[in-house]
Amino acid sequence: MKYLDEYRDGDLTRKLLDEINQTVTRPWKIMEVCGGQTHSIIKSGLDQLLPPEIDLIHGPGCPVCVTPLELIDKAIALASRPEIIFTSYGDMLRVPGSERDLFSVKAEGGDVRIVYSPLDALKIASQNPDKTIVFFGIGFETTAPANAMAVMQAKNQAIENFAMLVSHVTVPSALTALMESPDVQVNAFLAAGHVCTVMGYWEYEQLVEKYQVPIVVMGFEPVDIARALLMCVQQLEDGRAEVENAYARSVVQGGNLPAQDIINQVFERTDRAWRGIGVIPQSGYRLQKAYADFDAELRFPEIQTIAPQEPSVCISGLILQGLKKPNECSAFGKQCTPQNPLGATMVSSEGACAAYYQYGRYAIHLGENEMTQ
Amino acid sequence: MKDQLNISNWTCPLPLQNYPTIVMGHGSGGKMMSDLIHHMFLPLLGNEALNQLGDAAVLELDQYPTRVAFSTDSFVVNPLIFPGGNIGELAVYGTVNDLAMTGAQPLFLSAGFILEEGLPMETLGEITTAFSAACQTANVLVVTGDTKVVNKGHGDGLYINTTGIGLIPAEVAIAPENAQAGDVVIVSGTVGDHGMAIMSVREGLEFETRIVSDTSPLHELVETMLAASLDIHCLRDATRGGVAAALNELAKSSQLGITFEEAKIPLRPAVKAACEMLGMDPLYVANEGKLVAIVKSQVAEEVLAAMHSHPLGRDAVLIGQVVSDHPGMVLAKTGIGGSRVVALPVGELLPRIC
Amino acid sequence: MCLGIPGKVVEIYQANDMKMGKVDFGGVIKEACLEFLPDIQVGEYTIIHVGFGISQLDEEEAQRTLEMLREMEMLADELPELDQGLQV
Repeated sequence: MKYLDEYRDGDLTRKLLDEINQTVTRPWKIMEVCGGQTHSIIKSGLDQLLPPEIDLIHGPGCPVCVTPLELIDKAIALASRPEIIFTSYGDMLRVPGSERDLFSVKAEGGDVRIVYSPLDALKIASQNPDKTIVFFGIGFETTAPANAMAVMQAKNQAIENFAMLVSHVTVPSALTALMESPDVQVNAFLAAGHVCTVMGYWEYEQLVEKYQVPIVVMGFEPVDIARALLMCVQQLEDGRAEVENAYARSVVQGGNLPAQDIINQVFERTDRAWRGIGVIPQSGYRLQKAYADFDAELRFPEIQTIAPQEPSVCISGLILQGLKKPNECSAFGKQCTPQNPLGATMVSSEGACAAYYQYGRYAIHLGENEMTQ
Repeated sequence: MKDQLNISNWTCPLPLQNYPTIVMGHGSGGKMMSDLIHHMFLPLLGNEALNQLGDAAVLELDQYPTRVAFSTDSFVVNPLIFPGGNIGELAVYGTVNDLAMTGAQPLFLSAGFILEEGLPMETLGEITTAFSAACQTANVLVVTGDTKVVNKGHGDGLYINTTGIGLIPAEVAIAPENAQAGDVVIVSGTVGDHGMAIMSVREGLEFETRIVSDTSPLHELVETMLAASLDIHCLRDATRGGVAAALNELAKSSQLGITFEEAKIPLRPAVKAACEMLGMDPLYVANEGKLVAIVKSQVAEEVLAAMHSHPLGRDAVLIGQVVSDHPGMVLAKTGIGGSRVVALPVGELLPRIC
Repeated sequence: MCLGIPGKVVEIYQANDMKMGKVDFGGVIKEACLEFLPDIQVGEYTIIHVGFGISQLDEEEAQRTLEMLREMEMLADELPELDQGLQV
């Protein structure tokens, strides 16, 4: 596939990794913000090819991982109602709520359907006028314009049986929170290429200035990742702190203006809770008043009282902030496994805990082998 | 053969024409059910054993050696008719392939049809025609059968269960636990075709593509491989869970490790593109006509050459090795020289947005 | 967080007052909303996320980046001794 395969070239990636090897002199903690990048790093095995000085921390940029338990429980409550067809991106179905996941709701007779695009949910709404179609509007700024368009279309086409359960979060506010936290010691950030495709990277310039931490906008293929890492390490070793763009084929400084426009027309800023982290002020979107008719929480006000407590044993919040490694959790690999996850970082294939679980098994085995030899 | 599976070739004799769909009466055990059997199933599937319509088939086995392979599988695919095939041929080839993975020659099938009230008779005709053609292709006889009808809303149109019996030549010794360190791992062809063909027509995910299901019977390919060498230690039909599940099951049964090179996995460009688009790993996508073989390394060349001579093994590739390291675990070497654990899939394959 | 795949726009049309199109991902064609890409033309590449084009891919920039990286590779290849020496 054009513009994909070229950036998976093994020789080019190894060349860049060699460069990193030759540039790095000291230990650095670098956070890749986006879960899609984590996925790609693990799938390509790039993490094992890095010099030991570089400690990659898997950041909070996975909508599956950060969607709060409360929203999952609300989704489950809505999906269980006979008059509702609940539609969602595939990622969310396996995320555990307090008691069960959306798969279990489906098994109990709930009409839960996976869609590829929010416009598909709208299509289901026009085909099923006697049902209410609720779409689980999760995601970061990349997904927000698509979800906003679905709501706007619902209004324009008067598709009244459509509503959205909104759980949108934004990246810069989370990064600010991480930088503000005295416990977090991340030396540099690899910014999420597709969030920046929509939003640009101008917001990061003031962050870099204020906190003196390098931020490099990164793509998703091994060559993109190795290149961004190299740029990041070069900045750190030189003692520079700048915003650099290593994904210029998709990202421009100002971002995609029509996409930002529709976000601003449909959504407004609000405080949002991040699973395991807590409420971050002004870190998310909700529907504006003009679109209140399409807000699932207003249309079904009885779900507003759902406010579960997160399981105390799960430390996914600390993991998402890079403060703890998954294997430092007492439940890791015991009560909490990919088959029976306690927290979302174990559910999502790019969740830090799930990744550690798979690789940890191998690493432990290697360790044993070394010991016996 | 597939070209012949056209509904226009199938004529529905009276009195079934009175019922354009399945009704509860077709499962009643009475005249209507008898009509369905005599006018639909027997003309398409009948033979000496089945035509007796006894409570059980009586089979003469004197002419065969004694080891019997016995396997059952139920088919619940949605949609019933998909690009490249339908549930009818899937139900035949699925069980034929399960038998073939023991090295058996498949001989007899049972067929249980669970029909949902309201199923168009024409659809049943098309599917049974495909079922019949698949039996001929795979050279198996349906010797016993059952028909049930369930209320509207209690089935996805049609479920089929098939159980198969095959006979294993005395000299063949294929079993999941037979793998040995040093053996090589072979995949018989492109992976993920069936799963992606189904995805392409699934509600909410539809996309335009020429991807078709690879549904086909593998027993002849296995026969060809065994003719080349008897040092074939394990065979696995890479159906649900894809090649990843097949390799994991083999690693687990043998308590050995498996390593393979990801770049060597044969993949059609369109299947790769569809997987990228939906965020799926082709290693986990279902196949219905692909096998994974573990073979003694000394005979790898001969076995591969034999596979290449058969149309269903044309794209066969040696992808990796069985190792004594990391028992029970499958490792992929990635295109950039890294490695990762290829775990058993947890649940249903889902498209992801992130 | 956001799966985005490059594809080539092969058809553009209006539907429900939205700019829609068909996008070819190496042999697989999927409908996508191109409303956020007012300038995109048939034959150009976009990155698709959940059925929406989010960027018009800068093909010149993509080419430049690759050439730059490959040149870097050639430079290193010309100095094989040095390269090996550093690894030891």
